[in-house]
Amino acid sequence: MTGVAAAARRWTAPPLIADPWLRRGLALGAAVYLALALGTLSVSWRRVWEGLDRGAAFLVGFARPDFVSRWVEISEGILESLVMTVVATAIGILLSIPVGLGAARNLAPRPVYLLCRGLVAASRTLQEVIVAILFVAMFGFGPLAGVLTLSFATIGFLAKLLAEDIEDTDPAPAEAIRATGASWLQLLNYGIQPQVMPRLIGLSLYRLDINFRESAVIGIVGAGGVGATLNTAFDRYEYATAAAILMTIIAIVMAAEYASGLIRRRVQ
Amino acid sequence: MLCVERLVKQYPTGDTALRGVALEVPAGQVLALIGPSGAGKSTLIRCVNRLVEPTAGRVVLEGEDVTALGPAALRRARRRMGMIFQEFALVERLSVMENVLSGRLGYVGFWRSWFRRFPPADVEEAFRLLDRVELTECCDKRADALSGGQRQRVGIARALLQNPRILLVDEPTASLDPKTSRQIMRLICELCRERKLAALINMHDVGLARLFVERIVGLRQGTIVYDGSPDGLTPEVLTTIYGEEDWAERRRGPGGEEEEPEVDEQRLAGLT
Repeated sequence: MTGVAAAARRWTAPPLIADPWLRRGLALGAAVYLALALGTLSVSWRRVWEGLDRGAAFLVGFARPDFVSRWVEISEGILESLVMTVVATAIGILLSIPVGLGAARNLAPRPVYLLCRGLVAASRTLQEVIVAILFVAMFGFGPLAGVLTLSFATIGFLAKLLAEDIEDTDPAPAEAIRATGASWLQLLNYGIQPQVMPRLIGLSLYRLDINFRESAVIGIVGAGGVGATLNTAFDRYEYATAAAILMTIIAIVMAAEYASGLIRRRVQ
Repeated sequence: MLCVERLVKQYPTGDTALRGVALEVPAGQVLALIGPSGAGKSTLIRCVNRLVEPTAGRVVLEGEDVTALGPAALRRARRRMGMIFQEFALVERLSVMENVLSGRLGYVGFWRSWFRRFPPADVEEAFRLLDRVELTECCDKRADALSGGQRQRVGIARALLQNPRILLVDEPTASLDPKTSRQIMRLICELCRERKLAALINMHDVGLARLFVERIVGLRQGTIVYDGSPDGLTPEVLTTIYGEEDWAERRRGPGGEEEEPEVDEQRLAGLT
């Protein structure tokens, strides 16, 4: 008897949006927008066809990368990029730590919190290339503008994630450290730092390889590094040299990725 | 030694945790605070060392009004109040020794503590305490490698390294099994006797409190409703503290007879 009653009951998972009209309306609206948006992108198949030719030229270049004829420029560009990356990452980390501490709700008083969050937001709103253009306009062409750009971008990235990690720390150990009569700096050193250090190291290494990749991009707008060499190679239709530069960048990024993976595993 | 006067705590959310609590703890007395969850036990002991700022009232420790102190003086006052926590509150990625030595943070300067260069006398005392709680061989292990009972012993050593006059203990056994709970309570009480420390211990385990302390204070909705010896905890008193419940009830044996009286104590030990 109870078995029959139980079989008659039905259950379906509750939908995300309860109102069926709203739910279907939203889905329909999204589909219509997508169709219209695709329509506005007038794809010119003739240009696609011509582009394939140039693509083939890239591929041929990649099959035979030319490291030799522009080796001096390539190695100088790569070295400059590496120097920019390391310096900018170091400066960025040093600046991110105080900003990150200030941007953590559980540590900083309200005005400091707002100031630091504002700084982080400003850094995250502006894309690296735009920042690089600004710094190039201010300080002229060269690696100084690049270093400033990458440092500024590192603050936005690292300070935000550090602040969030600090906000996620277990409050109990910090409370215990406070109860011993520790000062604020000692609280940071004993209560907070051990909890966030592995993640801070991991993020810093990750930022190091982001900065290396970015250093190649911002070179195109004149902020120093291998980007300028790459841009010149494309301008001169030296695809084989461009391929050599890209392969070097890929190799360095992969090596950095592998090394940071090793280090991260050790600090966990 | 510790004197709490008309202590009131109202949280910003509007909850009133303490409604005019007055309590005097003489030197060397071990006192258990019991009461239902939300009665204000944790708030009370945190108001004593001002991890939680009291809204009104005074806390006087050895003649010094703790509630009136500025930040630096408060840190000095906190050195005299060792605290032990429910979930141990160790810094898990630090070693056992670093956790114990963090009890000296109120005494040493920032750079000394940063480089972990504590005065030799502090290190010696830390080793003595680790000997006492039988964890010397673990001193370089990370705190998260220890078992619950071992972690709480580290927490106890950290609190004692402060060289406190009073221990504030917040649910020391709530995360431990019954046997370890008894061992930890015994250790805390022994150490208090050896060093003539007063202790304010929050407990929800009435049976355990009865077993180890000389004075019990019952808290209900932020007000003290019982203050006396463990023997005075009659079913009527427990009802005042915790609310209506058949405190005298015993498990029926197979023949319908009541079981031995000590079963009652066991049941109370499981009371939450």
